[in-house]
Amino acid sequence: MTNAILGYATYVPGWRVDPRGRGNADRIVASYDEDAVTMAVAAAGAVLDRSESMASRVRELAFVTSSPPYLDKTNATTVHAALGLDRVAAAYDTIGTGRSTVAGIRRALSGGETLITAADVRTGRPGSADERSGSDAAAAVLIGDPRGSSPAIAEVLAYASVTEEFLDRWRPATAPYGQTWEERFGFERYAPLIREAVATALDDAGVTEADHVVLTCPNTAVTKRAATLVKGTTSTQGSPIGFAGAADPLLGLAAILDTAAPDETIVLISAVDGADAIVLRTTDALVEGRQAAPIASTVGAGRTVSYPTYLSWRGLLDVEPPRRPEPDVPAASPSSRAAGWKFGLNGSRCTACGFTHLPPMRVCRSCGAVDDMTVVPLAGSHGRIATYTVDRLAYSPSPPVVDVVVDFAGGGRTTFEVADAREDLLAVGVEVDLVFRCLFTAGGVRNYFWKARQRVDITIEDKS
Amino acid sequence: MTSAGIANKVAIVAMGCTQFGELWTSSTEDMLISAVGEALSSADVPLADIDAFWLGTLGSGQSGLTLSRALGIDYKPVTRVENYCATGSEAFRNACYAVASGAYDRVMAVGVEKLKDSGFSGLLRADPPGDGTAPEQSVTAPAAFSLLDPAYCAKYGVDPAEMRDAMTHVAWKNHRNGARNPKAQFRSEVAKEKIAAAPTVAGRLGVFDCSGVSDGAACAIIVRAEDAYTYTDRPIFVQALALAAGPGRGAVDPAYDFTTFPEVVRSAADAYHQAGITDPSTQISFAEVHDCFTPTELVLMEDLGFSERGQAWKESLAGDFDADGRLPVNIDGGLKSFGHPVGASGLRMLYEAWLQLRGDAGERQLADPHTVLTHNLGGRPGACVSFVSVVGTDRTR
Repeated sequence: MTNAILGYATYVPGWRVDPRGRGNADRIVASYDEDAVTMAVAAAGAVLDRSESMASRVRELAFVTSSPPYLDKTNATTVHAALGLDRVAAAYDTIGTGRSTVAGIRRALSGGETLITAADVRTGRPGSADERSGSDAAAAVLIGDPRGSSPAIAEVLAYASVTEEFLDRWRPATAPYGQTWEERFGFERYAPLIREAVATALDDAGVTEADHVVLTCPNTAVTKRAATLVKGTTSTQGSPIGFAGAADPLLGLAAILDTAAPDETIVLISAVDGADAIVLRTTDALVEGRQAAPIASTVGAGRTVSYPTYLSWRGLLDVEPPRRPEPDVPAASPSSRAAGWKFGLNGSRCTACGFTHLPPMRVCRSCGAVDDMTVVPLAGSHGRIATYTVDRLAYSPSPPVVDVVVDFAGGGRTTFEVADAREDLLAVGVEVDLVFRCLFTAGGVRNYFWKARQRVDITIEDKS
Repeated sequence: MTSAGIANKVAIVAMGCTQFGELWTSSTEDMLISAVGEALSSADVPLADIDAFWLGTLGSGQSGLTLSRALGIDYKPVTRVENYCATGSEAFRNACYAVASGAYDRVMAVGVEKLKDSGFSGLLRADPPGDGTAPEQSVTAPAAFSLLDPAYCAKYGVDPAEMRDAMTHVAWKNHRNGARNPKAQFRSEVAKEKIAAAPTVAGRLGVFDCSGVSDGAACAIIVRAEDAYTYTDRPIFVQALALAAGPGRGAVDPAYDFTTFPEVVRSAADAYHQAGITDPSTQISFAEVHDCFTPTELVLMEDLGFSERGQAWKESLAGDFDADGRLPVNIDGGLKSFGHPVGASGLRMLYEAWLQLRGDAGERQLADPHTVLTHNLGGRPGACVSFVSVVGTDRTR
């Protein structure tokens, strides 16, 4: 197999909830303005940020999720637009959890450069184990033919899959949360499948015992006993954050790639309605190719959201809205005309005088030149707060709305809502990044756009 | 960019204004009939003698039919006008030009807004279908104007507590004035402690820093200046009409600092040029300005040339713009006391000029006013339209 892992990144949302009120808010939850699409953009964007040439090499984008914002409409096209990928790069949805993610990896091993981004909002029924122990998160890998500028950080040596039909966990397409059969039943079925898949894959790879084993599975009886099923000589791990649906296999792999040494073997096992095992070997390029912020550093950092607020974010608790009309449906044709701005955050810069326009304008605000503009991509850019306010009257799925006027380092100003706002740290001059979020949903249409996010030193957020 | 203007070519010979408030029992039609009826009987002119009409409303009806159907106007030209919160002023401005052009002898400008039928707080927007990214659609008006406060403090080194006092003074003053106006929505004084401690709406703006939401209508009958005395012995003359629509540059230009409305500066300069005003703070008897939010009024004092830059907060606190100050501002109570039925507000400001200049303002009557400025603003800091008029008793000014 010539295709290999060229890059990876994870996205762990910034909120933590304590559903049982026991003083440990450690359930990782996405904000009200996040969903599988926005988290997939965050993870995939972080992969592409590693190298400027990477985005232009992507031939296919595979978006994997079991919580797609839309059916019928392809969600991957939104991710594609937000990442600013070339229009000849294909974008496909793959709906399902961990098993679908493995399918994406297997397909990518024999195709052109493929960016797989898997994300899930895993909502558990209030009081359930899923609510306590699941996670909302995203992870992405770039798989393709290694080249000088983007070498392999891990090679795939072998893979194996066994499939079996049994009822361990299920969720009707319209249900907000899933249900499970008795865990021990699932364990009894999974255990031999896992052993078989691992044995076959290791045998094919010519590896006796892997250095690292990561086993991800929605059945906690399986993950608790991972070490009794298969063992790595250096480490045996489960999901780094609690089962995160489609993202879980990639999160597990990422956690190992964050710390593994070069020339070590990894068995990645995903046990979801069968078992898949993939054997990888890390390369010297891993040291340079690790993601910027290891997953361990983001898991421990987060802010607590109250349980009732969290429930309202998921639509499980109906709270009184401001006495304001619901916003208008984002219209199809204006959104299409403005796609470069709305999804890609592309402004325009006047060729004659250099004035930057956000959103893009045809007539220069500064010198009046007409249709003399170049595109300015700002998604990866950052700016500073020029002024700010907290709007307690505005409609929002989670009031109040915090608004900032942002001035960009390379020129340009516009107004954004603030994502994951820290009211206590609002100040003129504070640096902000741009994050892709969903402002609101109207008429069933998700209004995706960019928000500003305050740059906050992560140590401030460390849980005490 | 100044216009030649139509100074002293037209006059207001009658006005009408409804009670402003939560008029649950009055429809748009009822308010139009009431305001127009007052003006017609004041001038003793039958409706049939009005040659043309300009109706200003943001959203209480569409087309001239909103007025012609309500009043039963027979086949006359009726134009519906909309220009954000300056809508009422804009109806007036265009009506004046129609008389000045010689096209008509007698015209009427009417402004109306029925806000309280929506069931919502604040103003509603009727935006064309869009891509869902426009900040105006998510940032409410109080939030947009609340940006003035921290920006002003930062630029002029004003202690936020002192700025709070200055904003409180604006609300206190305008409610105090409104308490003496039987047509105002709110007719009681409000203690400064209560204003300062009110729950916040956006930024540091509390409930009392925001104009109310109300229903109302107002109208004016406009004729050629030389004909004015055939209708009344106390007409008022239009000396300047200016309007500036900005390019929206502040919203996208890092050089804009949220301490001024360039549109106001431009429209004021144009109006002063038309009216021959060289020192507004001494030549204007009193001003009715767009106090949609308390920091707006402070910034307007500087943009209109009543205060030097960075001084308005101090002068406002010192009482310069109080009823007994050097230049009374919003002597009728302003948007603070009247609320802001969008299409009606600009004409409501002119109604106060009408009453005061004729000596009919009752217990809030000022001593011998002769020249009045009205100012109307639509939009928000960074992108707005601004209207300024000057009207007076002296045609030869």
